[in-house]
Amino acid sequence: MTRSTHSIPRSIAAHAVLIAYTVIALFPVVVIVINSFKSRNAIFRSPLSFPTEKTFDLVGYATVLNQGDFLLYFQNSFVVTVASLFFVLLFGAMAAFALAEYRFRGNSLMGLYLALGIMIPIRLGTVAILQLMVASGLVNTLTALILVYTAQGLPLAVFILSEFMRQVSDDLKDAGRIDGLSEYRIFFRLVLPLVRPAMATVAVFTMIPIWNDLWFPLILAPSEATKTVTLGAQLFIGQYVTNWNAVLAALSLAILPVVILYLIFSRQMIRGITSGAVK
Amino acid sequence: MGSLTIDNVKKCFGKVEVLKGIDLEVKDGEFVVFVGPSGCGKSTLLRVIAGLEDSSSGDVRIDGDSVVGVPPARRGIAMVFQTYALYPHLTVRNNMSLGLKQAGTAADEIARRVDVASTMLSLDPYLERRPAELSGGQRQRVAIGRAVVRDPKLFLFDEPLSNLDAALRVNTRLEIAQLHRRLKATMIYVTHDQVEAMTLADRIVVLNAGRIEQVGKPMELYNSPANEFVAGFIGSPKMNFIDAARLGDSEARTIGVRPEHLTVDPASGTWKGTVIHAEHLGADTNIYLDTEKAGLLTVRIFGVYDAEPGSTLYVTPDPEKTYRFDKEGRRIG
Repeated sequence: MTRSTHSIPRSIAAHAVLIAYTVIALFPVVVIVINSFKSRNAIFRSPLSFPTEKTFDLVGYATVLNQGDFLLYFQNSFVVTVASLFFVLLFGAMAAFALAEYRFRGNSLMGLYLALGIMIPIRLGTVAILQLMVASGLVNTLTALILVYTAQGLPLAVFILSEFMRQVSDDLKDAGRIDGLSEYRIFFRLVLPLVRPAMATVAVFTMIPIWNDLWFPLILAPSEATKTVTLGAQLFIGQYVTNWNAVLAALSLAILPVVILYLIFSRQMIRGITSGAVK
Repeated sequence: MGSLTIDNVKKCFGKVEVLKGIDLEVKDGEFVVFVGPSGCGKSTLLRVIAGLEDSSSGDVRIDGDSVVGVPPARRGIAMVFQTYALYPHLTVRNNMSLGLKQAGTAADEIARRVDVASTMLSLDPYLERRPAELSGGQRQRVAIGRAVVRDPKLFLFDEPLSNLDAALRVNTRLEIAQLHRRLKATMIYVTHDQVEAMTLADRIVVLNAGRIEQVGKPMELYNSPANEFVAGFIGSPKMNFIDAARLGDSEARTIGVRPEHLTVDPASGTWKGTVIHAEHLGADTNIYLDTEKAGLLTVRIFGVYDAEPGSTLYVTPDPEKTYRFDKEGRRIG
């Protein structure tokens, strides 16, 4: 490292910027979490203070957990997120492989068509999607959500992954062909492991909007059996009275699984980046 | 066993014709090198032979049987790539045995063949390592081993030495030459480096812009190039080309003379010139001269020769070893 990249004022400035950003980004999360441990009065009287012995109250968590169905909501969210993620990664990678690997008429047009979804929000099609789901009898099923989220995640996945697939050595794939590997084995055994960091990136980008989404669960699957966590938390928001303890506790709990999933994928991301650097 | 016949093979990518009708006959046990500048179609031709690319028209026969439409794995070929192309997640042993496993060879036969190949290429200590734990030269030996294990009719090499450093390149070149002598297998080798071509080949195929310019033994190409392109491509430093009109030759358009077939003398000679630059390589010296009559010339002198830039030298060509080319670039009498 050269001296100029190591000067103390520079690194102080860099750290100051990063710390400032971290504070801004974490502030709302921290407020939610600390208030979820406080009594209702304390939430309104001093929303920014940490819970003290006097104000500490687990009533929010108790409400949420005694509600009974909340575990089911978690399970729904989890099933929807993981299943959508699986299909987005599988089909996204397959489409990206085809676009990157095979020459065929309309290849770049197909790539453009698949990437179009990045620019056009899927919510514009909500009415049509609802009609489709009603017609196919999928309203109030998790399948409906999984299908919609898969469609929502695919464009970005195809776009990012096809860029990465183009970087995989052609010689390697050709060596596989000469050794008699099928195209499927070349894809699953040779190419996928090499684009794992890209897959992790796509997984993170895909997963978070799905987990946090309120729109489609509200419209397509609002029934008690198919509610997701974000929708379930609305239970405590009333027109006249809102149970803030319960809302904040529910949201705090909802953060946990997604953080765990993120940690799993981000480790893959970092491993991929470093292994590439020292090749 | 392993002869190869290429019959009027053409290949187009969209509207671009990369191979414009290639005919070639390779005999069993021959070492043939395809050489040419980048973009001449040599790699495409190799990929057509391997089956990684379909030809647009024409026929490829291995041992007399047409292999058009046959997948690469069933053509009885093995290929060594420029970037080694080892499977990163497999050990050296598994890298070498994967092709045989796919073909359904018995396990003890696979083990025997891997042992033979790894002994031949001194890979025994590395069999359980992964490619990431090997040096460049070792990786390329594994790639060669992976080809040997398949016991192919035809070995295909796609610029296998281009990623190695200079010293390793010479060693690996030697190993490939020895491998060919030991296996007596048919080998086809693609390179843009004419030194590799000259040192390895039984026969060289010079390609340019999708056509074969000349096929012949290395010394045939050196001593009697069919045209200006081959004359310029084979030999290092490059042959000097002089505009024939400047020398008063009305029949030819270009006169060619190799740098090693020119002699210099400070007192007298055919062409008077000024030294621009001298490269001292120890065993020989390259002198770049600007001559009044013949323009810029490169002269190669064996041994040490002191030539100061700016000094005057006379250059004399060996009349036995000058080449004349007509306006199509073909060689004439």
